[in-house]
Formats: sequence, structure tokens, C-alpha cells
Amino acid sequence: MGSVGRVVLVTGVSRDLGRKFARAAAADPAVARVIGVDAVPPRGDIGDVSFVRADIRNPVIAKVIVKEDVDTVVHMSVISTPGSAGGRNTMKELNVIGTMQLLAACQKAPGLQTLVVKSTTTVYGASSRDPAMFTEDLEPRRAPRSGYAKDVAEIEGYVRGFARRRPDVRVTLLRAANVIGPSVTSPLTSYFRLPVIPTVLGHDARLQFLHEHDLLAALQHATHTDIAGTFNVAGDGLLMLSQAVRRLQRPTVSLPSFAVGNVGSVLRSARVADFSPEQTAFLTYGRGVDTTRMRSHLGFEPRYTTASAFADFAAPLATTGGRTDRALARLASRLPDPDAVPVGRSEHG
Amino acid sequence: MADAEIIPIGTRGRPGRATGTQPSSAARSLAPKSTTRPAAKDAPKAAVKPKPKPKPKPKAAPAEPEQPVERTPVTTDVPTPSGGIPASEWLAAIQGAAAEVFGADWEPQLARFLAFLRRRVAGDYRIDEYGFDQEITERFLMAALRPIAQKWFRIEVRGIENIPADGGALVVSNHSGTVPVDGLMTMVSIHDEIGRFLRPLGADLVFRLPFVGAMARRSGATLACTEDAERMLSGGELVGVWPEGFKGIGKPYAERYKLQRFGRGGFVSAAVRTGVPIIPLSVVGAEEIYPLVGNVPSLARLLGVPYIPITPFFPLLGPLGLVPLPSKWLLEFGEPIRTDEFDAGAADDPMLVFNVTDQVRETIQQTLYTLLMKRQSVFR
Repeated sequence: MGSVGRVVLVTGVSRDLGRKFARAAAADPAVARVIGVDAVPPRGDIGDVSFVRADIRNPVIAKVIVKEDVDTVVHMSVISTPGSAGGRNTMKELNVIGTMQLLAACQKAPGLQTLVVKSTTTVYGASSRDPAMFTEDLEPRRAPRSGYAKDVAEIEGYVRGFARRRPDVRVTLLRAANVIGPSVTSPLTSYFRLPVIPTVLGHDARLQFLHEHDLLAALQHATHTDIAGTFNVAGDGLLMLSQAVRRLQRPTVSLPSFAVGNVGSVLRSARVADFSPEQTAFLTYGRGVDTTRMRSHLGFEPRYTTASAFADFAAPLATTGGRTDRALARLASRLPDPDAVPVGRSEHG
Repeated sequence: MADAEIIPIGTRGRPGRATGTQPSSAARSLAPKSTTRPAAKDAPKAAVKPKPKPKPKPKAAPAEPEQPVERTPVTTDVPTPSGGIPASEWLAAIQGAAAEVFGADWEPQLARFLAFLRRRVAGDYRIDEYGFDQEITERFLMAALRPIAQKWFRIEVRGIENIPADGGALVVSNHSGTVPVDGLMTMVSIHDEIGRFLRPLGADLVFRLPFVGAMARRSGATLACTEDAERMLSGGELVGVWPEGFKGIGKPYAERYKLQRFGRGGFVSAAVRTGVPIIPLSVVGAEEIYPLVGNVPSLARLLGVPYIPITPFFPLLGPLGLVPLPSKWLLEFGEPIRTDEFDAGAADDPMLVFNVTDQVRETIQQTLYTLLMKRQSVFR
């Protein structure tokens, strides 16, 4: 359809992932123009992207869409870090009111053909009643009552409403697992960057990650293939929280669940880490999502697995623990034994 | 009698026993020739009249330290035993002991163990999507449960050939014993007999509890819900389910071996939908490990748990009451009930699901009665 030259509008380009996606989209030969929209100018180089300074919370965005004859909107302005947005209230307004305004503008745009929304697997929540792997048609066991998860649930509701009202527009909703990468700032990455990592006593969460490259690739893929629907996007495999922390070689401190929330709010107010309160449930029970439809319907294959994405994230981080491992390594090196690792176990690496 | 000579025995006429005022001669000969008695006399004097004569006290005070000074060299010069042994001898001793205990190839064994330990510490192991950690389950959980299964409960397994060697299957068992020990024992028995891991489906309370929930996931359990059951079964796993749930394990001792309601038959529709066989399992012996004679419903409600057990030994004997009674266990796997012959929509047919549920329940109940007849006594 858009091989002549599509016009892509990307929201949320002031932040890192939005800017990177806009640049990648601009480099695509099938795309004639990329318009980046945000309330504040992007911090880095945006290349061929033409930046329009507009707040998606007010109707100016409708004029931009109509005037530039946009046929594809990629909505990436769903913020998970209240700190960067300037507080939880601003974050909620940007997320929910921004999406409402954007969708209202999209509804009035006759030339619009494609809407791609970056959502997150946080909508599934995290509780002890969760199935091991969420498929796209499962609802959260407990409806989120506050925070980011509620924002996303509301955003998804508006997107579904839009899809009903404009059946001619192809709407693709990508529920990305926790995005991780060396340059990603999110509540989870700032949690893993803490020198001593607080964990919930007696619980071990199952985690699933998506590398930032894979997120950008999935969004690219979704803008180009002609497939509508909701898709979980995540790397293969899972890591336990304890396992992830061990791979980081960072010391942990186990606290009862009520104390973890308190520590989180202290860290947040001290601006050490953007540790959101609803994250406690996630770090207690974890979450896994099923990515069968991502492969079979969407036809997208992530390059990184959960483990390799985490390894890529962990590589530049300095280790603050790992004393036990070093002691064991010293002990192992004392043993005059070349065949220390048996052949049968070497595939674990 | 007149010329009879009197032979004195013992003290030769002198008073031998201590009379209360003087020690015996034997005691006198033991005592040193020092001035213990004058010193003893001085002390009461000083104690009786300290006010008119303050000087005896300083006099008595230097006299007392003199005695310890005389004795000190005798006792303090003994070297400590650990200080003298050099590190090399310790190493040699440890090496000798290791060779003694683990045999000649203790070094590769220790190295292998260290490699395992390092992999664990570095997080370099794999879990599946339910959080199942095969390595830790095999190496620690199974190893810890095996002696309990074999030595304490002396589990006897029958009909193990009814479990398929591969592919999905659903083991449906009765549930009893106040604490779900029967699930653990079934897991270890199946693993030891045919080498397959039983993947139990647990109530959400299990996953809400700290430590228990983490351990359950690690050992291969997942939540008893339709999604997980069907996912596991279609993934070719051997899944275990205890449809009685808390009604089964929390029933009073008087109702032992009486099967409770089998839930809503969700396990049947999961098996029918995935077309896997249902294998009924009857466990005899688990009812007697913690005979439940009482319950504290109000406290249970307060804590949010289904029941607070009172057994003849718990909480009466405290932690000792947590030791299960060594009953003899029998596990009998019944004939598999095939579900792959049903029509496509059979899983959504409630009548069929109820019928199959009843069939499974009846099979287990009848097998329980048969096993109880065969059993000699609770503990043999």
C-alpha cells in the first residue's frame, strides 16, 4: 500500500526508544517521511525525522495528522517511569489523556491506514492466581487499580474502542515484555542497577525480557506487515529473579513483601531508582507470556532470548558481589584436574 | 577367751573417724603441712571485728593472693592443641579423610561438585516456563525425599506400567494426610520408578505462601487452572492432580479413605481437550501420617488458610508433633482411561465430563477399599 512513500507519525520521540524507532523508520526506503512528535525536543540525534513539537494532550495533534497526510501512527508515548515524566499525575495524564487525544485525532483522519501501539505485558498483572503463561486473550486475574498497569489497561481499552469505530484502520497492539538493554531506563532496569538488590523474602519471580533491538524490530515489522491484532512480544525462555541477580553478580537483601514496598518508595523519593510500588507484586510472583501468536500470526522472530537479552544488559554493569563465585573459582583452580567439567553437563552454558 | 589377743583394725586405737571438730587421720595425712588452719582462723577474726582493727584485713588480703601465685606456673604453661599443627598437616589430613570417604577419585568428584556449585552461584542453569528447575529437583528435593519414601513410609508401588513412558498423561489421585505429603511421595516414587517428573497442579494458596510457593515452582508445580493444565498436557508432560483439594487433605480422621467431591471436573475437560489418558492413582497410608482430630476454624479464617490442624501430637508435642507417623504406604496406578476417542466438542459437554469424573472417582474409591483389605495393618 504504502510503497510509494508512507508517512509515519511517531509519538514519544523525546525518549530513547521512541527516538531510535523514529530513526530506524526514517532509514527505511518504503517510508517517505517520518514525523516525530513530543512535548519536549528529543535529546539525541534524530536524523531524517522531522520533529514537530506538539503535546499529544491537546488537539493540535489532529492538525498535524491531517496536514502531513499521515497514514501510519506509531504510538510509543506510554511512559512507565513517573520520575522522568515529572510525577505520577503528569505521567498518568500523558499516558491516558494523551492516548485519548491521539486516538480522537486519528479517528478524524481519513487517510489513516495503520495504527501501531506499543503496550506492555504489565496489563496482565502479577498475582499468585496467574497461569504460568498468559496468552493474548487472557485477562488479568486482578484488575489493576493504580499505577502504570492501570494506565496501560485504560489505553488498551481506548485502542480497542478506536478499532471498533474505525474498522478500516489496521490496529496492531504489541504487548512487549519488560524491555531491557544497556541504554534502557525503566523501573526494572533501575532496579537491577541498584548495588544491592532488594528481593521479596521467600518468593522467586519468573521474569521474561525483550531486548530493545527486538522491540524496535517488532515495531518495524508491525508497521510493514498487514496484520492486525494483539500480540505478546517477548524473548524466548524465562529467568528466575534469583538467577538473574546471580548472573549480575550483585548481592541481594531479602525483605518481607511489605518492607520491599517501603524500600521502593524510599529509593524513589531519594531518586536512586524509579522503583514503582506496583512492581512489588511483579517481583513477588513474576509473569510469563506466551509468544506463539507472535511467531505464527505476526511472523516476528526475536533475535535475543530472555537470557541473552539479560546478558547484554548485564555486560556493562560492574559487579558488586560475586565473592562466593570467586572463592569457588580459586578453590576449583587448586584442584589439579583438567576434566573438571564433565562432558554431559557442558550444554548448560 | 582370756588369752585372746585383741587385734586393732584400722586406726590402731586412735580415734579414726572425723568427729566434727577434727579431720580424720587419713585426711590429716593428705593435707599439706602449710598454715591452712591459722589462715582459716584469721579470716573469721577479720570478719568478726573489722571496725576496731582495720589492719587485719590488709594483712589477710596479701596472704590470700600468695597462694594463687604459687600455683599459677603449674597450670598455664600447657600449649593449645590447635596452634601447633601446621597447615600442611591439616591439608594432608583432609586429603586423607576425603580419600577415605569418597574413594580414590575424590578430586574429580569434588571438582565436579564445585563446578555444579559455581554454575548455581553464577545463575548458569535453565528453568522451564513454569519455573521448573530440574537440576535442583533431582539433586536435592528427590534426594531428600527418597529416604523418607523408602525407609519411613516403605512405599510400595503397583501398576507403574500404566503410566506411559512418554507423552502427556494426567495422574488423578486421592488426597489425604493434613499436609500434602502424598503429592511429594508420588513425585519421588514416579521419578524413581520410570524416571519421569510428575508435574503437580497446586492450589493458589501454595503459590501465595512464601518459601512454599517458590519451592513448588522450582520442583515443577504450577497453578491448578485450565490454562496451565492444558498447556502442560499438550506439552507432553506427566501432570498430577488432586481434585479433592483441601477438602481431601483437611478431612477429619474419622472420614479417612472416603473420597470427597472431585471439584468441578476441570481436570477431565483438560484431559479430554488435549486427548491424554487419565491414570487413576489410589494412595493408601497417607491418611494415617497426621490423624486430623480437630480444627480451629476461627484461627484458620483469621490466617486465611483452609484449616488449622490438630492431631494427637500437634500442637501438643510442639515440633515433635510434626514428625509424621510411619504408616505403610501403597500406591496403585489403575488402568488408564482413554480420552482421545471422544468427539471434538466432548470437553464442553458437561454430562460427559461429569460421567468421566464419576468413573475416575469410583475407580479410585474401589481400589482404595481393595488395598485396605489387603493391608495387614496401618504400620506394616
